[in-house]
Amino acid sequence: MTIEDIEREIVDEFDLFESWLEKYEYLIELGKDLPLIESSEQTDENLIAGCQSRVWLHAKLAEGLLVFTANSDAIITKGIISLLIRVLSNQNAADVLGAELKFINEIGLTEHLSPTRSNGLVSMVKQMKNYAYTFSNTK
Amino acid sequence: MEVTQIRTDFPLLSRKVHGKPLVYLDNGATTQKPQIVIDAITDYYTEYNSNIHRGVHHLSQLATEKYEGARKTIQQFIGAQFSHEIIFSPGTTSSINLVASSWGRANVSADDEVLISAMEHHSNIVPWQMLCEEKGAKLKVIPMNDNGELIMEQFESLLSSKTKIVAINHISNTLGTINPIEEIIAMAHDKGSLVLIDGAQSIAHMPIDVVSLNADFYVFSGHKLFGPTGVGILYGKEAILNEMPPYQGGGDMIKSVSFEKTTYNELPHKFEAGTPNIVGGIGLGKAIEYINEIGFDFIIEQESQLKNAATNMLESIEGVKIIGQAQQKASVISFTINGFHPLDVGTILDQLGISIRTGHHCTQPIMDFYNIPGTIRASFAFYNTLEDIEKLRAGILTAKTMLS
Repeated sequence: MTIEDIEREIVDEFDLFESWLEKYEYLIELGKDLPLIESSEQTDENLIAGCQSRVWLHAKLAEGLLVFTANSDAIITKGIISLLIRVLSNQNAADVLGAELKFINEIGLTEHLSPTRSNGLVSMVKQMKNYAYTFSNTK
Repeated sequence: MEVTQIRTDFPLLSRKVHGKPLVYLDNGATTQKPQIVIDAITDYYTEYNSNIHRGVHHLSQLATEKYEGARKTIQQFIGAQFSHEIIFSPGTTSSINLVASSWGRANVSADDEVLISAMEHHSNIVPWQMLCEEKGAKLKVIPMNDNGELIMEQFESLLSSKTKIVAINHISNTLGTINPIEEIIAMAHDKGSLVLIDGAQSIAHMPIDVVSLNADFYVFSGHKLFGPTGVGILYGKEAILNEMPPYQGGGDMIKSVSFEKTTYNELPHKFEAGTPNIVGGIGLGKAIEYINEIGFDFIIEQESQLKNAATNMLESIEGVKIIGQAQQKASVISFTINGFHPLDVGTILDQLGISIRTGHHCTQPIMDFYNIPGTIRASFAFYNTLEDIEKLRAGILTAKTMLS
């Protein structure tokens, strides 16, 4: 599936929720299924700066596609990364770089994009794109 | 006096957040503004906006009168001897930077020592660190015990003839500890050291008398005192302020300027270069008039009731640990919940319309001391109610259920 296809799928899923409660319960569930970073990769080097919760992110190239893994000490943050990974993992670097990620706005998580939230959604996206940039140049 | 009545003075308190009635428990970060402060701001811009201290015209004189009137209100509010000991600044952080830069550079040299405490806000750490780095002086830290109280014996042994200034908060923004500043000031003075008190968290919660405290500098922000943002105060003793070199150069702070030589204006203008936050100063004066009407007797009683109720409520919830258990404590309560990240709890509480703060509260050394990533902090003002505390309790329980 393309990045846009997955984004649409997520937007459709979130449309089913009638209250914020269900939305956050779903995010919390997603957090539990986050593709976890290898413990050997959960290092200070892979720690994303600027998050109130700690977030570790790793990326590798598998058969020409970017594969992300991550972890965080906050469960809602894990849920949000889980969504990002679902959208951006197993995609080629150029597509990741070009992704507009409109779904964040559409599912009502925009408030997490505000710099004041300090949960690092902005930093996470930036770091994922940094990886994409690095890999697109090393090919 | 009825809190329900008082709450109607604050228009923002009746709004909803995420469709739910607002429960505002982030007063340590900033306080809400009463209508009369909001009106004073509007009045300034609609009736007499003009620059102060300069114009012969009517509006300029009106604005100057109001601004200088606010200075006098503030002087009386903190019991200062002279109104020129009240320096307007953009806030607590700027006031501390002014002292560290102006007084510090003139009075601190290599091998001198600056003393701060283990529970300072970053704004009362970094300016002194910068000064010490520049001068080759030493920054020493008064340690605290597990309850979050300063260890006074250690303070005594850290004090010496090398100590040039002790910079310490009156109330810790993270732990709520009320520090024994009378004792600290007396002990420091005995060794010939000056004392700067960071009053950011105390100014709205207890009466301050800088003369009886004998503080050399007392600094605070307007916005934590129901006034506008972007305005704060540096109180300093006249003799010390007079000796200090100017901080920033510009208009209003000069007596005469030529390309060869500039002579500086007198206090307080020497430290107020450029057009100040005129409306901020006037708004702050109005906020103080409002507080004077409410009175500290009422504020102290109300906040002490809120503190006790919130403490009991939090202690009744399984897994909650209160960070900061000082004997002398203000209505600022930090806590953690075992197994839950503060940010997760804060996010759920926000969805319930409850504004609390999470994180390190600009006091990373305190987080390191307790070895925690952050806390959840509820900080109260006199307009909070027992109902707010009940909603916080319900919110925490909801968060725990959802996050488990």
